[in-house]
Amino acid sequence: MINLNMLRRRMVTTAAAGALALSGLAGGNAVAQDDPIKVGVLHSLSGTMAISETALKETIEMLVEQQNEEGGLLGRELETVVVDPASDWPRFAEQARQLLEDDEVDVVFGTWTSVSRKSVLPVFEELNGLLFYPVQYEGEESSENVFYLGAAPNQQAIPAVDYLMDEVGVERWALLGTDYVYPRTTNKILEQYLMDHGVAAEDIMINYTPFGHSDWQSIVSEVREFGSQGKKTAVVSTINGDANVPFYTELGNQGVSASDIPVVAFSVGEQELAGIDAEPLVGHLAAWNYFMSAPTRENLEFIQAWHEFKGDTDAVTNDPMEAHYIGFNMWVEAVRRAGTTDVDAVKEAIIGVTVPNLTGGFATMMPNHHATKPVMIGEIQPDGQFAVVWETAGEVAGDAWSDYLPESANIIASWREPLLCGNYNVETGECSGQNYGD
Amino acid sequence: MQRNPGYWRLLVGLLLAVMVCATVHAETDDTAFAEQVAALNARSFDDKADAARAIASSGHPRATTILQALLDSSLYFRVIEGDVVLAEATDDGFALTDPVTGEAAGAATQYEVRRVVINNAIRGEVRDLLARSGLTSDDPSVRREAVRQLLDNPDPAIAEQIGGLIDEEPRADIRRDMALVLGLSRLQSEAAADRLLALDSLRGSLADRVRNEVRTLANDDPDPAVRAEAAQMLAGIEERRELWGFAEQVFFGLSMGSVLMLAAFGLAITFGVMGVINMAHGELIMLGAYTTYVVQQLMPNHIEYSVLVAIPAAFLVAGSFGVAIERGIIRFLYGRPLETLLATFGLSLILQQLVRTVFSPLNRRVSTPDWMAGSIEVNAAFSLTLNRLYVIAFALLVFLGLMAIFKRTTLGLRVRAVSQNRAMARAVGVSSARIDALTFGLGAGVAGLAGVALSQLTNVGPNLGQGYIIDSFLVVVFGGVGNLWGTLVGGLSLGVLNKFLEPQTGAVLAKVLVLVFIILFIQKRPQGLFPQRGRAAAEG
Amino acid sequence: MAANEITATRLIPQAPHRRLLHGDLGGRILLGILAAMIVVVPVLNLMVPADSPFHVSTYAVTLMGRYLCFALLALALDLVWGYCGILSLGHGAFFALGGYAMGMYLMRQIGDRGVYGDPVLPDFMVFLGWEKLPWFWYGFDHFWFAALMVLAVPGLLGFVFGWLAFRSRVTGVYLSIISQAMTYALMLAFFRNEMGFGGNNGLTDFKDILGFSISAPGTRVALFMASGLALGASYLICRTIVRSRLGRVVTAVRDAEPRTRSLGYRTDRYKLWVWTVSAMLSGLAGALYVPQVGIINPSEFSPLNSIEAVVWVAVGGRGTLYGAALGGALVNYAQTLLTAWLAELWLFVLGALFVAVTLFFPRGLVGLLRRRGDGS
Repeated sequence: MINLNMLRRRMVTTAAAGALALSGLAGGNAVAQDDPIKVGVLHSLSGTMAISETALKETIEMLVEQQNEEGGLLGRELETVVVDPASDWPRFAEQARQLLEDDEVDVVFGTWTSVSRKSVLPVFEELNGLLFYPVQYEGEESSENVFYLGAAPNQQAIPAVDYLMDEVGVERWALLGTDYVYPRTTNKILEQYLMDHGVAAEDIMINYTPFGHSDWQSIVSEVREFGSQGKKTAVVSTINGDANVPFYTELGNQGVSASDIPVVAFSVGEQELAGIDAEPLVGHLAAWNYFMSAPTRENLEFIQAWHEFKGDTDAVTNDPMEAHYIGFNMWVEAVRRAGTTDVDAVKEAIIGVTVPNLTGGFATMMPNHHATKPVMIGEIQPDGQFAVVWETAGEVAGDAWSDYLPESANIIASWREPLLCGNYNVETGECSGQNYGD
Repeated sequence: MQRNPGYWRLLVGLLLAVMVCATVHAETDDTAFAEQVAALNARSFDDKADAARAIASSGHPRATTILQALLDSSLYFRVIEGDVVLAEATDDGFALTDPVTGEAAGAATQYEVRRVVINNAIRGEVRDLLARSGLTSDDPSVRREAVRQLLDNPDPAIAEQIGGLIDEEPRADIRRDMALVLGLSRLQSEAAADRLLALDSLRGSLADRVRNEVRTLANDDPDPAVRAEAAQMLAGIEERRELWGFAEQVFFGLSMGSVLMLAAFGLAITFGVMGVINMAHGELIMLGAYTTYVVQQLMPNHIEYSVLVAIPAAFLVAGSFGVAIERGIIRFLYGRPLETLLATFGLSLILQQLVRTVFSPLNRRVSTPDWMAGSIEVNAAFSLTLNRLYVIAFALLVFLGLMAIFKRTTLGLRVRAVSQNRAMARAVGVSSARIDALTFGLGAGVAGLAGVALSQLTNVGPNLGQGYIIDSFLVVVFGGVGNLWGTLVGGLSLGVLNKFLEPQTGAVLAKVLVLVFIILFIQKRPQGLFPQRGRAAAEG
Repeated sequence: MAANEITATRLIPQAPHRRLLHGDLGGRILLGILAAMIVVVPVLNLMVPADSPFHVSTYAVTLMGRYLCFALLALALDLVWGYCGILSLGHGAFFALGGYAMGMYLMRQIGDRGVYGDPVLPDFMVFLGWEKLPWFWYGFDHFWFAALMVLAVPGLLGFVFGWLAFRSRVTGVYLSIISQAMTYALMLAFFRNEMGFGGNNGLTDFKDILGFSISAPGTRVALFMASGLALGASYLICRTIVRSRLGRVVTAVRDAEPRTRSLGYRTDRYKLWVWTVSAMLSGLAGALYVPQVGIINPSEFSPLNSIEAVVWVAVGGRGTLYGAALGGALVNYAQTLLTAWLAELWLFVLGALFVAVTLFFPRGLVGLLRRRGDGS
């Protein structure tokens, strides 16, 4: 039998050691002025989302490297702090807290899915961090601490539908999506938009499938039947990631070609096509703000730098990578203007910042924390690239709150004086929800 | 598609004129033709479409080749020179051909040429243009495709052209399709009697356009007799399409079931016969799929045979992994099934990460050979997709092969002996260690075969296996452990059940209901559909 | 030494409550550490200034709180696996259900501070165009009701599932597989937006709990302490169960169920009892977990999570309770460290850990420590 006193003493030391180990892990040290500027990267490097997010992490690393070669920022080096939230949503919040509280990063580039963004949002608002979000999303959100560099629905979905309606003459619509918030919102907006444009309810079909759905036989057959009624039919696809390959394969096998029923996708880009035999998909469409095939000097330089960085001349670039490119340059410019990396100063300085995009135009940060973007429609080519067949005349400003949803039609966002509100109701004159302005 | 009918008539008239006079105009102006070809690379899509039409109506002997190349995306332009060329991919770039003369025009790297871009509208139009010239082709399959392509095109000039050809057509099936085109165009006749006749000629067809036209007549025709006749015909068409729809659902169910059972066969051996819970089973399937990818990388010019090569390759790769796993890990854990579960789960994580490290986390591109793409059309309402058909056949072959191994070979006899009574089998001289390794290898190899099949249906990526592991376990348990027949019947019936629930409940709820059904079923019959009899079962 | 003790407890009848921790060195150490942490960590976080090397950041407090929740889940799992021999591959479902019950309470607490400012409906319902609150959300605006549901819902599911399974004598691997099917089916169901639980996004954007802001350091410390207390109390409950007559019958079931049955014990009832308690404890763990991480979403139901929990138990030491709790905390701590340093390597390490534990240390870390203890 062990002496009880000894045991007690041992217990205390163990506990103290444990606490020490953890506080070491926490390590709150003050940052000296000449320390490098820290750029946090919050992208999954393992788990299901690694397939999409790994390239974004590398993009930021490349941009930071380039910036350092040009002499850094404000005379300081830039340094990336990379964490791996492993496609696990609670871990996103945890790692966000780690980046902001312990690593004390000056800015974070990261997250992909809506749920990961929603998961970290409270952390960024609580600790007053800066998050640059690079993926097209459903809107209905505007946070003081988040900059939305991907497309809002009016920067992707609506122009794509306009194209199909006006240029292709589509009269019947199948809206297929994965069952989560982005497709649900987009389809809701599109349904309202189509009805406003005189499409009858029976000419709209909406279907949701789970993540990674792999047996598309019944649904493709249903779409084929839906499209055989004598009216020109198109599929608007918000099908996510992995489910796309079996979906397109099934389309091809059931003989649905792009000239019969074109599919316009909002989540299929160069990266996704790299894993698909694109030959049977030729002519299907995608709507983005950037295509790798854009023939501009900026883009070719970016692609070349990317190939060198990856050491692989087959590596593809895609829209979210361009969003990081724009977001990073905007942040750099804002820091320069503010003369500091202080979050509040940068937040204020970045509104109105204009930087070139990769497709020959310019992106401006608007007061609602969304950027202006051109919208392009591309047709899939046999090599997995897109040929642009249509684009908007200029850049489109992102609308955080859709005008086509009854609950958000009256809401606007502006993070500039005097409004300083993410969801201001123009009818009631109130800034509702989210504790804004407290 | 919105097209201007007047302008179509003009175009078709032109085309017909060209066809009639083609022999007279043997000499065509190559320079003018070359200009039309160059115009395919115009900036606007309207100009490109005009150029395509001009080429079609030029009657130039190279016209079809060029339009076909445009359609097949093998028409390029040289970035610097700006001229249009035919390009064929080679190992280090492209081999070029002059489009007008058909002579070789040197080579180019991938940075020197760009594809001539067209959109869907032009693609559809070029297809129609080619179809018209294809109507007079000597090759019956070209004629057949041409008629089918034109079936949905409501232009009366086409009907006229086909009307002139139908009597000379030697093939009955093509004549039938031609008659459909004629019948459809006669539905527009002024006289009600003609419309009735046309309706009669369309009887028996289930084609989409026939159904739609008949429905229009049933609703809107001014003549009540035509309306009644059309309504009656429409009811018949709908009824038969519904019947075929049912057949289609059965086919979908069988095909889904065959995937389930193919994925589960390997597990039926490792889990069912050996009692090993192999959580890395999904990753062995994944290895099979990656083997297919590697095989295709090794023989890029023989994609048609790559799948046939991949079948034995995947079996060997996954099988040898299986033997290694058994020798390295599993053999220390016999009799402790729950611990094999943990160890193999750890292994599955390692294998996934290994594939991520070696092949990158991105999905890999696996091509489908031409002979597996497309479908067999039974009629307009029901067709069997070829790749699914092959997977069903493949699953049945694997089943028969396994049955033969277990029932007819000494290896099978020994495997059964060891699984039923290890001590006794050893006593009569069976090397149980060797048999264990071989059995596990066999199960793993079969998982590899499933991977080959899945590479033709879904993503080839590090997460491929995870999607199938739970389903596979459920199929095996539902069918009855240790019984291949159970796996076969279990897989197929779960597939069919799922596909019949899906239209009513949606894909997610269908799956949830199937899972709940299995949970309840196992409470009722813990030994599955086909319980194993004898002592082994009682102890299991 | 250890093996002898187990035999001894079986042979010598003892009054279970009075000498609960007799001979349970590991348990006493565990409780000691917990008690020390509950006292020391809040002091280090709230009292010690931020620039002191002894300061524990709020981030670390929350992280430790999370580990404690995982430890509690591992403890609950060990109760059924280590003592009943039931390997559940679906305990994540109970954990997630407890989490959802707590999440629903937290959602109702948002009130009109949501994005759309609806006083009753959570944002996602406004967005889906729902007119009124579905019936199963009633009552969750009261903490006591939610607290009750945290235990009742997982308990009820556990009871029904266990009643069906044990009655028809589904055991071993079969039970593992259908428990996995259960959590898989729940995951798919909760992913559906029509279910009324927020679909893939789940429940998030919580504001406060019992009137305290959920992000305030004080609340976080309180949640951490609550997790510590819950783990300690649950340990004592589990210990009581395994030391009681019930516990010994259950252990007999694990070792030889048919024999126990033929001795006249209704084995299914004993198993059902323990299984239900375990489900409720898992629910408790989930309920404490959710306010600390700030989100609950259907991926908590994913079969992978449940398997990972099994691995914590195996790594810590199956059938020792304190070992399982230790495993739950340590494996997750290792994961935090490794994903930060060697993200790509983490899965290799985790996978190798599973293989190594089953092959070389079947009794887990505790077994390893004991062996060394015996040697010295």
